[in-house]
Amino acid sequence: MRLAKTHHTMSSLSIRNLHVRIGEKEILKGLTLEIPKGEVHAIMGPNGSGKSTLSKVIAGHPDYTVTAGEVFLDGEDILGLEPDVRARKGIFLAFQYPIEIPGVTNANFLRAAVQARLPEGEELEATEFYARMYEKMDLLEMPRAFTGRAVNEGFSGGEKKRNEILQMAMLEPKYAVLDETDSGLDIDALKVVAHGVNSLRGPDLGILIITHYQRLLDYIVPDYVHVMMDGRIVQSGPKELALELEARGYDFIKEGLERAEAVAG
Amino acid sequence: MNDTSTIDIDRSVGDFSYPEQHEFDAGYGLSRKTVEYISQVKGEPDWIRDFRLRALDVFERKPMPTSWASRDLNAIEFEKIRYYLAHGQKAKRSWEEVPEDVKRTFERLGIPEQERKFLAGVEAQFDSEAVYSNIKKAVGDQGVIFVGSTEGLIKHPEIFRKWFGKVIPTGDNKFSALNSAVFSGGSFIYVPPGVKVKHPLQAYFRINAENFGQFERTLIIADEGSEVMYMEGCTAPKFETATLHSAVVELVAMKGAKIQYVTVQNWSANVFNLVTKRAVAHEEAEVKWIDCNIGSRLTMKYPGVVLKGRKARGEVISIALAGDGQHQDTGAKMIHAADETTSNIVSKSISVGEGRASYRGLVHVPKHLKGCRNNTECDALLINSKSRTDTYPAITVRGSGNAVQHEASVSQISAEQIFYMQQRGLTEGQAMSLSVNGFVNDLVRQFPMEYSVELKRLIDMEMEGSVG
Repeated sequence: MRLAKTHHTMSSLSIRNLHVRIGEKEILKGLTLEIPKGEVHAIMGPNGSGKSTLSKVIAGHPDYTVTAGEVFLDGEDILGLEPDVRARKGIFLAFQYPIEIPGVTNANFLRAAVQARLPEGEELEATEFYARMYEKMDLLEMPRAFTGRAVNEGFSGGEKKRNEILQMAMLEPKYAVLDETDSGLDIDALKVVAHGVNSLRGPDLGILIITHYQRLLDYIVPDYVHVMMDGRIVQSGPKELALELEARGYDFIKEGLERAEAVAG
Repeated sequence: MNDTSTIDIDRSVGDFSYPEQHEFDAGYGLSRKTVEYISQVKGEPDWIRDFRLRALDVFERKPMPTSWASRDLNAIEFEKIRYYLAHGQKAKRSWEEVPEDVKRTFERLGIPEQERKFLAGVEAQFDSEAVYSNIKKAVGDQGVIFVGSTEGLIKHPEIFRKWFGKVIPTGDNKFSALNSAVFSGGSFIYVPPGVKVKHPLQAYFRINAENFGQFERTLIIADEGSEVMYMEGCTAPKFETATLHSAVVELVAMKGAKIQYVTVQNWSANVFNLVTKRAVAHEEAEVKWIDCNIGSRLTMKYPGVVLKGRKARGEVISIALAGDGQHQDTGAKMIHAADETTSNIVSKSISVGEGRASYRGLVHVPKHLKGCRNNTECDALLINSKSRTDTYPAITVRGSGNAVQHEASVSQISAEQIFYMQQRGLTEGQAMSLSVNGFVNDLVRQFPMEYSVELKRLIDMEMEGSVG
């Protein structure tokens, strides 16, 4: 079995031996994973394996308790930081279920978020901001009228996911976690979203894609695939691993694990 | 989700006091002598002095309305209030005397230098007189009268007397009686038939020029087919040390006339703000109250419209923000008194910390009327777990040809909303602020531009302190 590298470098999002509970229930049980900047990693796993928990813990959701382990962003431990501080340091989470914010327009929301990243006393240049936003919207095939609509309110599934990617494009994170970005998308919307993500790929961005299905990985081709089961990464490999999973299901990995345990025991 | 905590960036500054030197001072407490003194100093005719004295009797006879909105009213000590103060000719304060935190508040609000001095009561006379004169000249050319209440009743008795105290009789409530006895300041506006006043008439320039009144009295008459918009207060904090503000505002919209009355109230947190506001709308007239309450310890204010003529229309758009220790008891009254009259009430309130916001509404449509419609919508937003909101809608609609619609909602900003916004880089305070601004956004858009911008800043300042 191949495990991800366990040491952390200065240019990666590095998760070491992470144990996480929600309430009394342990969900992550010693997860280790490293995403170097410039790479795209995918995590696949059956329902309930802890994939979404991982994404929320990286972002700092207050409902989860980390009982052991570390998360380093380019060498800096971020576990003690507030969600907004982590965000400004370069963590982005594309939500599986993006939240509606009534009355707040997309343009105003994005402006506030971009403004929050400027040094104190520096004012966002409005024309520049709009030019950049329109450029990204064109990439994601979003109509101009979108800017005046309230954030995610009354959006279709596809619009919500596109909006997440638009925010990602505008906020220029160092590491982005895409949580089930393909769920609820038809094939056309999926292609648009994937195109948006692919255009953001580059040496300055590390991406972690969390998905249940192989389908998304046909369009956003990962450098590595990890299999997550019962709160741990149990197998890692090149992108072909995803195809194998698709063809044979998660059971073959489970069986492999059981055999390995039997041998060890 | 959030602990309650207080911050009152703009409120605490209300506590400072300047060394005051008033040329005219009626002293503490209220008696016939006080009333006579006020009337004499203002050089009023006998009829108004008699009106005041009769009002004093009514005030003394009426019990405190403590049984409904709040027992907190018992805290008012009438004998410790000074009912009339006037500075005489010159402002005696200097900008240097204004405390640093007040200056910072002005700065954060983005209020221009000149206006800051004005609002702090420093500049006052010279510059404000000039601004005021400019407004007066522009509208004066159209025959519009825009003066203080005293000047109005002395120079224009033929119009003033006809309407004064008719929309809100002295005995309407204890505080309208109090105002009728000791009123000073406020505006008198008359717009001749067919005149559409292009620019909003603003109160604070004028009021300051005549010394600001705790008991101002405003009377606006829009004659047939005319239009006027009046804005009072200002979103900047008012540094008033007194504890009671009790105004009476009467509006008369003649046939086909339109009046819009905009208020942004931001009294300091020790002020009881007990205001009576009512309009009469004649045939096809439209009256719209846009009312925003941010400050004060307790506000009781229910702007009303008596829809007296066929097809008259009344509207109240209100926003209330109740911070820790504050109670905003606000609402609207719509009295339908003619066929095919319509009214619309939209009220949004935000309760922060242990703040309490109440909506109190009265919609009355008698049985014999036809084709009347009312729409009432009240939405409340609670920020902290100890925040409180109440809704007391009293709607009596009789008769078969009338329609009424009432919607109410209470919502909270969810932890998931805050997390989502924080994940995008906003602090918890900024996230709160943005949500609250979003909540009132559709109403704020109806405010004049400069008010909506300042309103947003005020909400930001208030919300920054709401997270602990």
